[in-house]
Amino acid sequence: MTDITPKPGASSGPDRRTILQTLGAAGVAATWQGNVHAENVRAEAATPPSPPVPDDYVEVEMRVNKQPVSMRIDPRTTLLDFLREHMHLTGTKKGCDHGQCGACTVHVNGRRVNSCLSFAATHQGEEITTIEGLGEPEHLHEMQAAFVEHDGYQCGYCTSGQIMSAVALLHEPCGPTNADVRELMSGNICRCGAYNNIVAAIQQVRQGT
Amino acid sequence: MDVFQIQNPKDIDAAVSGGATANTAQQGANVRFLAGGTTLVDLMKLNVERPQKLIDINRLPLDKIEALPDGGLRIGATVRNSDLANDARVQRDYPVLSQALLSGASAQLRNMATTGGNLLQRTRCVYFRDQDMPCNKREPGSGCAAIGGFNRNLAILGTSDQCIATNPSDMNVALMALDATIHILGPEGRRAVPIADFFLLPGSTPDKENVLQPGDLITHVTLPALPTGAKSLYLKLRDRASYEFALASAAIVMVREGNAIGEVRFAMGGVGTRPWRVKDAEDHLRGARMDKAAFQAAAELFLKDAKPQSGSGFKIELAKRCLVHSLQSASQLA
Repeated sequence: MTDITPKPGASSGPDRRTILQTLGAAGVAATWQGNVHAENVRAEAATPPSPPVPDDYVEVEMRVNKQPVSMRIDPRTTLLDFLREHMHLTGTKKGCDHGQCGACTVHVNGRRVNSCLSFAATHQGEEITTIEGLGEPEHLHEMQAAFVEHDGYQCGYCTSGQIMSAVALLHEPCGPTNADVRELMSGNICRCGAYNNIVAAIQQVRQGT
Repeated sequence: MDVFQIQNPKDIDAAVSGGATANTAQQGANVRFLAGGTTLVDLMKLNVERPQKLIDINRLPLDKIEALPDGGLRIGATVRNSDLANDARVQRDYPVLSQALLSGASAQLRNMATTGGNLLQRTRCVYFRDQDMPCNKREPGSGCAAIGGFNRNLAILGTSDQCIATNPSDMNVALMALDATIHILGPEGRRAVPIADFFLLPGSTPDKENVLQPGDLITHVTLPALPTGAKSLYLKLRDRASYEFALASAAIVMVREGNAIGEVRFAMGGVGTRPWRVKDAEDHLRGARMDKAAFQAAAELFLKDAKPQSGSGFKIELAKRCLVHSLQSASQLA
């Protein structure tokens, strides 16, 4: 039943998360067995045993970053957890998990939503876009490039949500001023307080300069 | 969160018959309709709502905004708040509704939240949302921790000794001032309920918030045409500039007749256990001169029965100023 297309839109090379996971697994193995090679650990980690699928799981089919996905999941799985835990698209972040911070913002059929407040099973046939589907390290979306140029972050935890919101805002009714942008970005909280730079990045893209 | 089933009804009748199996349409319902989910999913994560079955109504044909022959507007139950707020007819004919919607929540939440869901939005009282605290709305008979507790954001009108929770919606306040009608399809057929009769006062049963019975599905809301020359607006006062619930808000509809006030209707949010309207205050303004003294007198009448709680005494004056200021602003438009 399970037909997973892993990481659509994600880069294929080693990233920080893969390296950390491998190092972490190797560290545990080294503690327990002393002389296991990291190569073996990596091979084992890549093929975990598949647990049986419980009867009350539901079939979901959708498109994530233009790739078809179908899977049986627990109906309680939010879209956010589906993307992170099942699709391993960890660019979308879990902040408050109650629709208050905006870190989990993704696009559903082109509209920005809080993925934490939505069950994945209710998105049958829909088109989901995450930060991984927006651009790639060598081909950034213009909004990603503008965030880099204007330093629209410090710790970076809210950034993918900010960028997904900002990209959606480009197609929404929004007045010309910074205050207009701030109002429509108020659903994305930045604890580092990079708001001025975020607004500058968005305004640059809106003005096409 | 408890495990639940998700049902995808093939049509509206199937949704109603699925909903009719519920033990109640109020707090503690074992079957819930699911629309935008912005309230329900949040409360399910907190175990405040624990449905065993969700009936997903998002694909039912309830998502249209249509002009009515009499000049009014028909708004489907699953029309998203953002689509309603940005609809050209709403912006032209009912600016109070557009402004109220855009002052609520965030852009993401407005893309999800629906007309029907917003009508049924649950209170933001922190004790209702916290399983470890007594709350008569969540668990009848357990007591009210808000009375004497943290209550600066709670109600001063329509309260009881059982509950002082505020209706948190902005949209509902605008719909009150617009004399909206809520259309319901239930197991017994269709019925139309004026919004003024839709919400219940908490009294001794704060777990019952509205007139809905098991299987009752809100299908749409209708707005009557406003009188010629009517102006409307929404003013919201809150702790933050954006993305915050109201401490006090006002929805105004006003028509000028010469130098005096003609038809006038207004409702307030953030201060009542339901969106609040006071007939005496409106009657006082009809035919009155458009001046601050008249608006001040109307505000006194509106807040006459206000009962402050331990942390909400400031809201009486805040609400009066909110109402006077918004009536003045409306009179300058009219």
